[in-house]
Amino acid sequence: MNLKFRMPLGLMLALVLVIGLIGCQAFPGADSRPEIMGTGDLGLIVERTTGSVLVINTSRYEVLGRVEGLGDLSHASVVYSRDARYGYVFGRDGGLTKVDLLSQSIVDRVIQSGNSIGGAISQDGRYVAVSNYEPGGVKVFDSQTLELVADIPASYVAENGEQSLSKTVGLVDAPGNRFVFSLFDADEIWTLNMTAAEPAVQKFQAGAAPYDGLITPDGRYYIAGLFGEDGLSMLDLWKPEQGTTEILPDYGKGDEKLPVYKMPHLEGWAIADGRAFVPAVGHHQVLVADLKDWSLTDRIPVQGQPVFVMASPDNRQIWVSFAHPDNDVVQVIDSQTREIIRTLEPGKAVLHMEFTPRGEEVWVSARDSNRVTVYNTRTLAPVATLSAKTPSGIFFSSRAHVLGL
Amino acid sequence: MNRVWLVDQKRRLAIGILSGGLFFGPAMLLGSDDGNLPSEQDRLANLVIQDCGSCHGLTLRGGLGPPLRPENLAHLPVEAVAAIISEGVPGSAMPPWRPLLSPEEIHWISEQLKSGVLVSP
Repeated sequence: MNLKFRMPLGLMLALVLVIGLIGCQAFPGADSRPEIMGTGDLGLIVERTTGSVLVINTSRYEVLGRVEGLGDLSHASVVYSRDARYGYVFGRDGGLTKVDLLSQSIVDRVIQSGNSIGGAISQDGRYVAVSNYEPGGVKVFDSQTLELVADIPASYVAENGEQSLSKTVGLVDAPGNRFVFSLFDADEIWTLNMTAAEPAVQKFQAGAAPYDGLITPDGRYYIAGLFGEDGLSMLDLWKPEQGTTEILPDYGKGDEKLPVYKMPHLEGWAIADGRAFVPAVGHHQVLVADLKDWSLTDRIPVQGQPVFVMASPDNRQIWVSFAHPDNDVVQVIDSQTREIIRTLEPGKAVLHMEFTPRGEEVWVSARDSNRVTVYNTRTLAPVATLSAKTPSGIFFSSRAHVLGL
Repeated sequence: MNRVWLVDQKRRLAIGILSGGLFFGPAMLLGSDDGNLPSEQDRLANLVIQDCGSCHGLTLRGGLGPPLRPENLAHLPVEAVAAIISEGVPGSAMPPWRPLLSPEEIHWISEQLKSGVLVSP
């Protein structure tokens, strides 16, 4: 019995040794090749002042490399190719840059306008659209080659009767291979259907001066924040023929108009427990709305003017960042009790937060501390810090598979 | 007195520009520079580039807000620029900065914007 067992064991050992040796000889250059890896736990951090992005690994809290030469990255944002390998970085100066996470390099870059404000990738991953201020409109590019596919000037008739171009904002992707965006100067919401041979535009009247937009995670409702009046404009994409409706009529600056030092961002609006948690405009409050009828049900006092109000992926926590000058802290709200459970100090000028896809951690950028801090969402304790030059937006590759991001 | 001070400011500004690099106004205007802490001028310069830059662009070439480079402000005296910063522009996204900045700070920022020393060519 014993003897029978030893024979194959020795044989196996010998075989393993031989195969191992052959293996070494068969791949002499193995060390010089890039490590084979996936991109699912990678991401990009925008370094706004230096016009660079960091490629990071969220499992190892590591900076894999810095990619430079992306231009003016104030208010920059990123969407990902559906294979999650390439990030499309939208710069302020009209630059659209395709960055390879694996080689940490620029694959392609076009200056597609004079001044732009973010973009989106289509449902099928074939098109990247950019929202432009100057000249006002949306341009659509082939995601492979960055060749121009469609140019949609946001033309409207201004008050003086002249044909003008509007700044475009709040560009998102929607089901049906559509893009949806708002016209700041024309008070309209447009949908752009990319399934037709000739891209088809549909126009809807919206409230005054829409300045940003969001789409609900299921892709049904497009909601535009309004600068020119209180309330929000909502378009039900399941029933576009009904046009837009006004929701949360009290949402906005209200009678007691307070100066707003940074307009709240709409992307990442928290929807938890049947309620929407939204940043108040000017007031030091997070507002709570009942999703059934979009009525305002609660106001949670916070320590400053909120900019981002984001739910953790499990919807148990609401993380809030703030506008200048109260922007050195982040507050965490329990979505059930609606009470602040912790005030964190990640550094000076906190600009953005990004949850890992399953929500066990959140990365927080502090621009003036040149630092990104990773927090455990259960213990609320920092687990890692990374150095970055004036970091702003943090974008994980998991966005590749999320509608509207 | 005030005029002499202003002229003095302009001369220092000119010297700063001529000597190249970023120029931060005289320390006595906005409090002293205390060692490791960023000076008041550094703090204000950072505010202009980063926070004003959120709407006006990091190079101040404009965004949601208009461009603020010297050529864009040529038709406005320093006092007018200061008034806009102080009071904001009603009906636009430009807030009044009076609640957060002193008149001296606003004046200093207005001068820097007019001279263009905070932005690269």
